Amino acid sequence: MTTASLTTQSEGFNLKEWIFTTDHKRIGVMYLIGSMAAFVVAGLMAILIRLEQSSLGAQIISDGTDYNVMLYFHGAAMILAFLIPGLTGFAANYFLPLMIGAKDVAFPRINALSLWLFWFAIVLALLTFVIPDKPDIMWTGYPPYSITTQGNTAFYVFTVHLLGFSSILGAVNFLVTVIFMRAPGMGWNQLNIFVWTTVAAFIIQLVFIPVLAAAVTLLLFDKYLGTHFFDPTAGGDVLLYQNLFWFYSHPAVYVIFLPAVGILFEIIATMSKNAVFNYKAAVYGGICGIVLITGEVWVHHLYVAGMPDWLRIGQMVTTLLISVPVGLLVLSLWGTLYRGAITYNVAMYYAVACLYLILVGGLTGIPLAMTSMTLHLSETSFVHAHFHFIMGMLATFTVFAGVYYWFPKMTGRLADNMIAKISLALNFIGVNVTFWPLFIIGVEGMPRRYWNYEMFPQFEPYHHVATIGAFITAVGITLMILNWIYCAFKGEIADDNPWKSKSMEWTHAPNVPGPGNFPEDVVVDSSWTPYNYDKR
Amino acid sequence: MKRMSSVVAGITSLVAPLAANAQDGVIQDPAEGWDNLWYEMLVDITVIGVVFMIAAIYMLIRYRTKDPDAVGRGPKLTKAQAIAWVLIPASIFMADDFFLSAKGWSLWNIQRGVPDNALEIKVTGYQWYWEFEYENGVILEELIVPIGQPVVLRMTGEDVIHSFGLPEYRIKEDVMPGRVTYLWFYPKEAKETVVTCTEFCGVAHSEMYTRVAAIDPMEYEALMAKEVAEM
Repeated sequence: MTTASLTTQSEGFNLKEWIFTTDHKRIGVMYLIGSMAAFVVAGLMAILIRLEQSSLGAQIISDGTDYNVMLYFHGAAMILAFLIPGLTGFAANYFLPLMIGAKDVAFPRINALSLWLFWFAIVLALLTFVIPDKPDIMWTGYPPYSITTQGNTAFYVFTVHLLGFSSILGAVNFLVTVIFMRAPGMGWNQLNIFVWTTVAAFIIQLVFIPVLAAAVTLLLFDKYLGTHFFDPTAGGDVLLYQNLFWFYSHPAVYVIFLPAVGILFEIIATMSKNAVFNYKAAVYGGICGIVLITGEVWVHHLYVAGMPDWLRIGQMVTTLLISVPVGLLVLSLWGTLYRGAITYNVAMYYAVACLYLILVGGLTGIPLAMTSMTLHLSETSFVHAHFHFIMGMLATFTVFAGVYYWFPKMTGRLADNMIAKISLALNFIGVNVTFWPLFIIGVEGMPRRYWNYEMFPQFEPYHHVATIGAFITAVGITLMILNWIYCAFKGEIADDNPWKSKSMEWTHAPNVPGPGNFPEDVVVDSSWTPYNYDKR
Repeated sequence: MKRMSSVVAGITSLVAPLAANAQDGVIQDPAEGWDNLWYEMLVDITVIGVVFMIAAIYMLIRYRTKDPDAVGRGPKLTKAQAIAWVLIPASIFMADDFFLSAKGWSLWNIQRGVPDNALEIKVTGYQWYWEFEYENGVILEELIVPIGQPVVLRMTGEDVIHSFGLPEYRIKEDVMPGRVTYLWFYPKEAKETVVTCTEFCGVAHSEMYTRVAAIDPMEYEALMAKEVAEM
């Protein structure tokens, strides 16, 4: 085998090669396809939800269960099947080995197993729409409702199990890869911020997923085997589940947030041609700080769930303290722009939008960190808008930004064109038009998960506006995806390093790297960093 | 565990004076406290957001270039500068955090400190309606309270978790089987509003709402007398 055939993908498309691949890049692409499929279906649910809420009274549903199934699917699929796999599946798979100079991940077959489990979970999740008793338990699945409902809770549990297995395997795989397979000479302080954020995300996954798996398994036992873990009439406790669930699911926010911010760092450092400002503060203060604090804040999801008063106060303090590591990350992000040489492409425009989204999403989290504020704001559309700014917009936009930024690497072509810019503008305008009204009516008391808000007719105009925003976004997203597909095959051919990055995936690997990634073994010296632009 | 709770009790007693509810016979309205703190919060987060946004916009414009080969000239921090860039911002963020924690805690003490003369009403959440049981045994499916007297709700659920959300009075707490939770509010003027269920509870979750009326004490007495007579 020649070097050439080792380092560029073979010509022609072979489905079997893709299905049975153990190549981290192909696995990454298939994670992207799977997570975008989940995103499209879950996004369609979002459109239907907004249509239903656009005016008072039933618009498109025949009863509340239709609406609840849509909410369930939208939440579960967006978080578990789009954001987590999109960031830790697609982006980490494709780019982490390239960034550290590794030929693949440590356990390529286990990597393929992770992907397969993920795809099975996607199929299982999609079966929601064809089974008779559709799950209607929200993505949180709180008992006793999830146990007493007619809906098929088992589908939810098994989907979580599959994705959990997939993530744990991925976590072990990537941690081993980063620990043992960095290019010779590459120290921990020379890693890309994205690599650090991914390591942090996988540590969180490894520590906390088993707790979620236990929680949903107990749900299964209670519903189908007649146990009483969550049944107070037989000595169980209704709140146990919520504690276990959020003990994982708040850290899961950082499993999404951290790699999302990592992508932002990569794009902003490259497009500013600047070193990351105060790198060690971002890594050891910001990223490690979040990992340390993440397990001590889950009670803010239970602020109005009858937790002891002293616990609510304690976790108010820990929750507010998240602002310290997040603040350090934000400072490094902002500092990376300082005295940069900034050029703009679509990825950078997305990154700029994300700077705004991180501010709005982060700062609206501050009142929600305060238990006394949450006594009113909890379960209103204010919460809904807050976490959509973080998850639905910031994290989602970073996935899109990453696709544009690394599009030449993955396809050899550019997707930077007018349609990309138009769709970005539509996406950005659309999400703001959707969620600002929800902030406003949330403070006024609009509850979440309500298709029927006849008790608050004064909110109807706001819902009208929000629905218009959703349609603007839908047009933007459709254009974006069509443009990706078109450009993957017909886009302008890209240079090897079109953004003139110093990061290893651009400097050492050809566009569309083949098996083994690098034409020759990668060795770096102690002066190398992925952000070494200014050689003063 | 015992030591833990005594530490907590100790800390709580330190801030007990903040919960000045029963003192001086003046009842502090938690809804007013919420509104005041909310406006302070809005100022706090808006200032931070605007400062960062202006900084970002300035840099994004000031440092843009057309030359793709230009490189950034970001500062290379000395060790001392790098540490200062952690300690100073972290101190500022923490100062704001502790300031907000203190503010939040003192409001919390008002929200959780039920005045002695409160009218106690038992609330039970069912799929999908509310039941209110008064001290005289009257059971209503609407919440009717006299103005001028604080109201404490002792709440539980029969089937699944619900949540008692009363936005007009800025309060909300879950209602669940096997536990009793509480809320209090202070109806000072006559008004009609609505309580909604704010924890997802099934098909009719968004239909689980009812009227909440604060009425003149005389009317209230008359209504109760009528209800008692009908019992």
